[in-house]
Amino acid sequence: MNKKQKKMLLRILIAAALMIALAFVPASGLPRFLLYLVPYLTVGYDILWKAGKGIWNRQVFDECFLMAVATIGAMALAIWQDGDYTEAIAVMLFYQVGEWFQSYAVDRSRRNISELMDIRPDYANVMVNGKLERTDPDEVAIGTSIFVQPGEKIPIDGVVLEGCSTLNTSALTGESLPRDAAPGDEVISGCVNLSGALTIRTTRAFGDSTVSKILDLVENASSRKAKSEHFISKFARVYTPAVCLSALALALLPPLVRMLFLDMTAGWGDWVYRALTFLVISCPCALVISIPLSFFAGIGGASKAGVLVKGANYLELLAQTQRVVFDKTGTLTQGTFQVTAVHPRGMTEAALLEYAALAESASTHPISRSLQAACGGEVEHSRVTDIQEHSGKGVLAQVDGHRVAAGNRRLMEELQVSWEPGEEVGTLVYLAVDGAYAGYIVIADVLKPTAPAAIQDLRRCGVKQTVMLTGDLRPVAEQAAGALGIDQVYSELLPGDKVAKVEEMLAEQNGRGKLAFVGDGINDAPVLSRADIGIAMGAMGSDAAIEAADVVLMDDDPQKLVKAIRIAKKCMAIVQQNIVFAIGVKLLCLVLGAVGLASMWLAIFADVGVMVLAVLNAIRVLFVKNL
Amino acid sequence: MKKTYKIDVDCANCANKMEAAAQKTDGVKNAVVNFMTLKMNVEFEEGQDPKSVMEEVRKNCKKVESDCEIFL
Repeated sequence: MNKKQKKMLLRILIAAALMIALAFVPASGLPRFLLYLVPYLTVGYDILWKAGKGIWNRQVFDECFLMAVATIGAMALAIWQDGDYTEAIAVMLFYQVGEWFQSYAVDRSRRNISELMDIRPDYANVMVNGKLERTDPDEVAIGTSIFVQPGEKIPIDGVVLEGCSTLNTSALTGESLPRDAAPGDEVISGCVNLSGALTIRTTRAFGDSTVSKILDLVENASSRKAKSEHFISKFARVYTPAVCLSALALALLPPLVRMLFLDMTAGWGDWVYRALTFLVISCPCALVISIPLSFFAGIGGASKAGVLVKGANYLELLAQTQRVVFDKTGTLTQGTFQVTAVHPRGMTEAALLEYAALAESASTHPISRSLQAACGGEVEHSRVTDIQEHSGKGVLAQVDGHRVAAGNRRLMEELQVSWEPGEEVGTLVYLAVDGAYAGYIVIADVLKPTAPAAIQDLRRCGVKQTVMLTGDLRPVAEQAAGALGIDQVYSELLPGDKVAKVEEMLAEQNGRGKLAFVGDGINDAPVLSRADIGIAMGAMGSDAAIEAADVVLMDDDPQKLVKAIRIAKKCMAIVQQNIVFAIGVKLLCLVLGAVGLASMWLAIFADVGVMVLAVLNAIRVLFVKNL
Repeated sequence: MKKTYKIDVDCANCANKMEAAAQKTDGVKNAVVNFMTLKMNVEFEEGQDPKSVMEEVRKNCKKVESDCEIFL
């Protein structure tokens, strides 16, 4: 609670106590009025003051002005009828309670959400004159060595010079699995160092580091307003004047009609009272507060789960996504080659793999690396001699005294080995040992383990069509799409073709359904910006992706996409609930007030109550863990 | 040119009013008030001096909501 809020709470309590006390004071007439004026002014003097300033500035629809008119009117009615002053005081009191709660709740959630996003490191340890000193990360130059102890946050992006450790990236990715860091590895700011001390040479200034970029992005995200926000602020602009004018009409027309045409008593008091009730309901704040709060909480909750949404409008679009277009490599597949099958002839699988890995060991080609990885790491180069590369075909080498040939079908044909073609999709490496065919090894880009489930889940959360775009050959693309359950595949596309394809799909799209494009952000920036929503995946440390995309998934798990859509849907559902609920209750109160069924008490309770419930409902968006 | 200013305002509707007032000020191309982060992003028209424009913006905001503040 800040000072302002404490003072307000005190005033509310004093006024409430005075009001209760006055109920036992036997006074009447003027003394009674003066006595009741004390709690009224205690709780409402600032409203009256602001109302005065509002009139001065010609702001008649200022809510302080409305409250002032409503309560002064109620007081006047009470004097006239020598009735109950408590109503006017209660209206002011509850209005202030509402304001107080609103400011408290907004403050709290503001703090909660910023804490959630608080990945900003406070200091960097730098060696100055042989002593370790805590320095403002902003002042650390590029190329400085910084020291990060276990338990500390890495303040600035850099490369590990010394030390081995594991890093907790959960603040950035929402993923609890720690990552290893060893000398030579790039590390990014915002990760927490878990086990060992690290020495890091910084490669960026603090302002350009991942953590600063992300914070900037999330903080500015709620400035891009969603349609529902625009709707509600427009509504508020019309709502208040409309209700005020109807209040005026309600105060004047029915009594005049009764008097002039129906030959009845005018009943001024009754109708003025109803009009004042209208004024109480005319304050739009309950409507307006919950919407930005919901979006803010949604953006905060998403960033906690490792999903950065660049604006409230994108949260809205994400919830309407009906078509998801994927880039294949790096998005649905891991983008790295792995041995997926070994078919030996006349030897064990391990032996065939070892021959292949040794023969290819001199090459730095991804295929060679994946063969070595399948053998369990580095191989002994000393066992291989006399390596001959046959460009575009493969290699010949002497391994443990055997003549090994490893390569594609053309190598086998050149060597005139009697080989059989394999049927798998991917890169096939055929081997011949001492001139005899020894089998083949399949190397392929593997699907991410969570990809098939993610496609299933997408469908469950309202995505009608999934499309895959890839530069790969058709059989490779179709096999992957089949395994994933993707509806439509476009293969053998150049990067430019991808933009054209997405544009084609956008053109044939109608209605509310939106098209999302998911890529790894490396060379698909134009497509990302062309789609309704561009989603970049695995963006940790990739600036290009963070720049180009509207939604950034911090790690490369396709399930995060499902999570992002679920968070967006939940957020939008809550926004909708709040809009309907708040407007509904207000309208109901207006109707009840007009026919005289709602007292001012009910009106102010409804007003404050709706606001409290809407705020609490908005906070619910923050809980995204089990989505 | 775009600039961001810290603001102080108590209610969400008042923030909306400030936004509308800032947008109407001469020299302001567009203004967005973010109630949750208490920030105002102002985009100025070409060749305008942000300082003097912001004085006007502040004056106009105070007119619609006396209890607000823009920290220049």
